[in-house]
Amino acid sequence: MSDTHSNTVAYVRKTMLTEQAPPSSQVGAVRWVRENLFSGPLNTILTLLGVLCVYYLGVHLGPWFANSIWNAGSLSECREILQGASGACWGVIKDRWHQLLFGFYPQDAYWRPTIAFFLMIVAMAPILFDAVPRKVLWFSAVFPFLAFWLLWGGTIWLPLLALAGFVIGYFAFTALQKVSALAAVIGAMVAPVLWWLFFAGPLDEVLSNALPIGIKHIQSDEFGGFMISIIIGVTGIALSLPIGILLALGRQSDMPLVKWICVGFIEFIRGVPLITLLFTASLLLNYFLPPGTNFDIVLRVIIMVTLFAAAYMAEVVRGGFAALPRGQYEAADALGLDYWKAQRLILLPQALKISIPGIVNTFIGLFKDTTLVVFIGILDPIGLSNAIRADSNWNGIVWELYGFIALCFFIFCFGMSRYSQYLEGKLKTDHR
Amino acid sequence: MKKTVFVGAMTAAATLIAGAASATVLEDVKARGELNCGVSTGVNGFSAPDSAGEWQGFDVAVCRAVAAAVLGDPKKVKFVTTTGQTRFTALASGEIDMLARNTTWTMSRDADLKFTFTGVNYYDGQGFMVNKALGVSSAKELDGATVCIQTGTTTELNLADYFKANNMTYEPVPIETNAEAQQQYLAGACDVYTTDASGLAATRATFADPENHAVLPEIISKEPLGPLVAHGDDQWADIVRWTMNALVAAEELGITSANIEELSKGTANPEIDRMLGSSDDDLGAMIGLDKQWAKRAISAGGNYGEIFAANIGESTPIGLARGLNALWTQGGLQYSPPFR
Repeated sequence: MSDTHSNTVAYVRKTMLTEQAPPSSQVGAVRWVRENLFSGPLNTILTLLGVLCVYYLGVHLGPWFANSIWNAGSLSECREILQGASGACWGVIKDRWHQLLFGFYPQDAYWRPTIAFFLMIVAMAPILFDAVPRKVLWFSAVFPFLAFWLLWGGTIWLPLLALAGFVIGYFAFTALQKVSALAAVIGAMVAPVLWWLFFAGPLDEVLSNALPIGIKHIQSDEFGGFMISIIIGVTGIALSLPIGILLALGRQSDMPLVKWICVGFIEFIRGVPLITLLFTASLLLNYFLPPGTNFDIVLRVIIMVTLFAAAYMAEVVRGGFAALPRGQYEAADALGLDYWKAQRLILLPQALKISIPGIVNTFIGLFKDTTLVVFIGILDPIGLSNAIRADSNWNGIVWELYGFIALCFFIFCFGMSRYSQYLEGKLKTDHR
Repeated sequence: MKKTVFVGAMTAAATLIAGAASATVLEDVKARGELNCGVSTGVNGFSAPDSAGEWQGFDVAVCRAVAAAVLGDPKKVKFVTTTGQTRFTALASGEIDMLARNTTWTMSRDADLKFTFTGVNYYDGQGFMVNKALGVSSAKELDGATVCIQTGTTTELNLADYFKANNMTYEPVPIETNAEAQQQYLAGACDVYTTDASGLAATRATFADPENHAVLPEIISKEPLGPLVAHGDDQWADIVRWTMNALVAAEELGITSANIEELSKGTANPEIDRMLGSSDDDLGAMIGLDKQWAKRAISAGGNYGEIFAANIGESTPIGLARGLNALWTQGGLQYSPPFR
């Protein structure tokens, strides 16, 4: 059939047209600019406004950064060098960076918090990334005691004896498991507490006197700067997640007593501002405790910050539970799993995955809230910026100090935010 | 980690309770080997850490003098930073032995809060700072001005009283901290900045153009600043009070950190001999210290005048004149009862 008409239609082309370049408005930078910057009157106006903003910032901040002065011993020296020109006086950072990072920690012991910081990264690695060998988790478990010893110093016995409490708890658990599961759980909780309350203290004294192995003790009022922010922030983060999960489970519990205690705790803590809790820690407790009692202020703050974050964390995790379809609970029941197995294997993994953005949100908030301790006289970076300004050399300097502090906080918070996005991507199992 | 610290704190608490039940502050300080002195988190010239972390300043010098008198070493001080909110609780609860944090001596603080003010180390008063371009030479001409004022302080109340008494109006610009006030004032958000005169001088010294700003002559309030201790231990209050008196008396008697060694060998003036412990009288024993206590206190940072000159005096960037804080013999208010 086709042969019959092969030559009868005169206007069919036998050769292809040669390829032409696309119109210049549809390629390369021009197209990108048209589509992304000037695609309509509103976007054009916004683009122009944006360009103006950048130009304005550049004109004002450019010389300020370009004229940066690093070698100056005081603000007036900076001004002399600048001769009236606009310029940043980073001399204050050069002069005081160690205080912003470590507070009044003895200078010859800076290696201790530095090592603790890098060990913390090692300890966190197996928790954050599953490519890291699982055996490193043992180090993560020991790290809190090691960090305590490195930061506060003293003899090695106190952290070792505290660690022994957990070992004793483990042995109590395995020994009592033959009796009954309940007795094992109770034994695992009671034995370490008894150990810490009645045996660890005297034994520590005996061992410290007999074998004083250790490094110089440093009191927590010498802590300050980003060191204190990280200590409070990381401890609060590490402890608030497990406590928050327990509170969230407790709030959903069928047992009225557990449920009421959890609801009461969460609602009370959420109903009070953090600053109130901090004042309670620093002021009220002083009145209740016997005079002369030395209940470490940093410890008090860590406890309060942890409780505060845990209450928020509980609600974030509860949101994750609420988002799970009813069928998941029923499926767990249908498999014959008991409560803890159902939570551990089916419900919690899903609920936590859903709550990742909320959890990280709470973490970041907690880390930034650590600056509130300035109001109870602990010299965190913000408090130190005031103390540094009280020196005649640096009185009147503002932007450089706050800029440096903001940059450090940004690095930490942005890091946490990027990690949460990585984790969300990795755990993504939906079919969207 | 938490529990270990907790156990440590508990055991420490248990031992401290046993020890603190009956001891006096003096015995506590001696047993501890360290004076816990409450200071501010940073007030220019009065207390501030230098780049090595050493506290310096006019209030700090009082702590060092007391430590030198009691413990024999001006370095044996643990400086506890306190804020306006935490300072009184820290003192009442025994967390600090004394507070030297430019605190105004008022009746309610003395009587109601149950503290003992052991003297006045700086007579301050509230003043005004204006830009010279404003053409104002007296606070009486400030009718209708916008005023930068720290909220929640006595300065706020003093300002309202002053303007009301002089039948003037003003517009307050509330600010939180001194650093914020500097920025607001320099940015022109307010015509006038008001706070304690010593603070104004310190602030003005930080400006790029201090010559364009003037502190007006009117002082509208009395702010006697001094160290304080808690009620209940009169011996300790006496120690702090007489350490301060010794510093003032030393200036009056011409005892300086330079000549104190020579004078302590014995002089023609019996009062100097009594103070420095080179006569037979043992003044130190009356307050539970040894004969050399005043000598050590003065050696720590010099006499009152030397401390003033080194920290806030006219040769420092803050550049305060002695004014009310000159000795009574030179028209000021600093006056020490006799050492006898």
